Amino acid sequence: MRLTQGTFSFLPDLTDDQIRAQVEYCLEQGWAVSLEHTDDPHPRNTYWEMYGPPMFDLRDAAALIHDLHEARATFPERYIRLNAFDATRGVESLRLSFIVNRPSREPGFRLERQEAAGRSIRYTIRAYATDRPEGERYP
Amino acid sequence: MTAALGRPDEMQPDLAAALAASPVEDLLATLDAELVGLAPVKTRVREIASLLLVERLRREVGLTSGPPSLHMSFTGNPGTGKTSVALRMAAILHRLGYVRKGHLVAVTRDDLVGQFIGHTAPRTKEVVKRAMGGVLFIDEAYALSRPENERDYGQEAVEILLTAMEEQRDDLVVILAGYPDRMEGFFRMNPGMRSRIAHHLEFPDYSPDELGAIARLMLGAMQYRLSPDGEAALAAYIERRRAQPDFANARSIRNALDRARLRQANRLVTQRDGAPLTRDDLMTIEGVDFRASRVFGQSTADPGPAAPGEEAPR
Repeated sequence: MRLTQGTFSFLPDLTDDQIRAQVEYCLEQGWAVSLEHTDDPHPRNTYWEMYGPPMFDLRDAAALIHDLHEARATFPERYIRLNAFDATRGVESLRLSFIVNRPSREPGFRLERQEAAGRSIRYTIRAYATDRPEGERYP
Repeated sequence: MTAALGRPDEMQPDLAAALAASPVEDLLATLDAELVGLAPVKTRVREIASLLLVERLRREVGLTSGPPSLHMSFTGNPGTGKTSVALRMAAILHRLGYVRKGHLVAVTRDDLVGQFIGHTAPRTKEVVKRAMGGVLFIDEAYALSRPENERDYGQEAVEILLTAMEEQRDDLVVILAGYPDRMEGFFRMNPGMRSRIAHHLEFPDYSPDELGAIARLMLGAMQYRLSPDGEAALAAYIERRRAQPDFANARSIRNALDRARLRQANRLVTQRDGAPLTRDDLMTIEGVDFRASRVFGQSTADPGPAAPGEEAPR
């Protein structure tokens, strides 16, 4: 099951040139871009691990693309996303965030039903991948 | 020979049109107007401009070659315009279409070298990232390598720079600047650095005439002018100042002008005889404003210790 998170999530994965164009746009807006990675695809897992510090004061997308290639080489079987942070007073949050690398096989999620008091059912989802410990989830 | 490359001979690039469309002449005219002297530097800028132009024409007719490496080293005595040229070089390369963004990131050893183990690499990499698409200017680059301390982290910064200069040649132009003798030592310590830098530009010392022209340019920018007597005094000042040991070319001239402005202001305030000041008075620097300098107070053979406010010899 293909994970859909963030901007452009229903488009096919962006090519490097498209990513570069997006980053150029972010830099024009004065946003700081950064890369994060994780192997826990749960939608409520918002805290991914940083791949290097956020790149403030960047002027050209080449630096991010270079880091992205490095990150893909280091974590080929993990989700990697690109974030663009807007530090404008009053905004101070992400403006853009999308996935730039995903594992070759995405097993998806299991729906779990829990019988609760009075015949009510609680639903939850669990990623098949997270059955295994961190670091071994996407062989 | 074109046939061998599978291209028809009659495909002729229009050099004249490309020249007319290129900003080269415009750029060089600006350089000439803003920078006095520096003939070798201007020649090199012209060569680089021509090369980039020819590269573009070659691409049009289907001849391919990688982009030329434009890493540079600027060596010259204090005050010969290394930093001024570096600032302009980013804009020049941008207008010639070699770098994409045309910003200049000016750093020194402190910005690259960390304070403890593991601190240097991220610092240097961050600086390199910031400079991508533009020019990385490393002032006093010889400070990066301190041979007397073998545990110094400067060497690590040099190695990361070398990798970046090689791998990210398309994204980054590195300019190293420093005084000739120390840079010579730096390159001897780091032969890899020397071979990766294609352009070694030497900044010659200015002649007295050029220094005079620089002074007039600076005064013009500050909206001052010299009286005829002031001109003569300035020429005499330059001649004497040049003979002193801590002479720093244009920087000394700028300091001299700043002091002349002080004396002019003081003269205007203290020596008025009640007549109203004219615009002319406010603009004009007289000979006495220079002649009050300590440079005139002693023989040139014995310059004596530097006066307070003089820049330290570097």
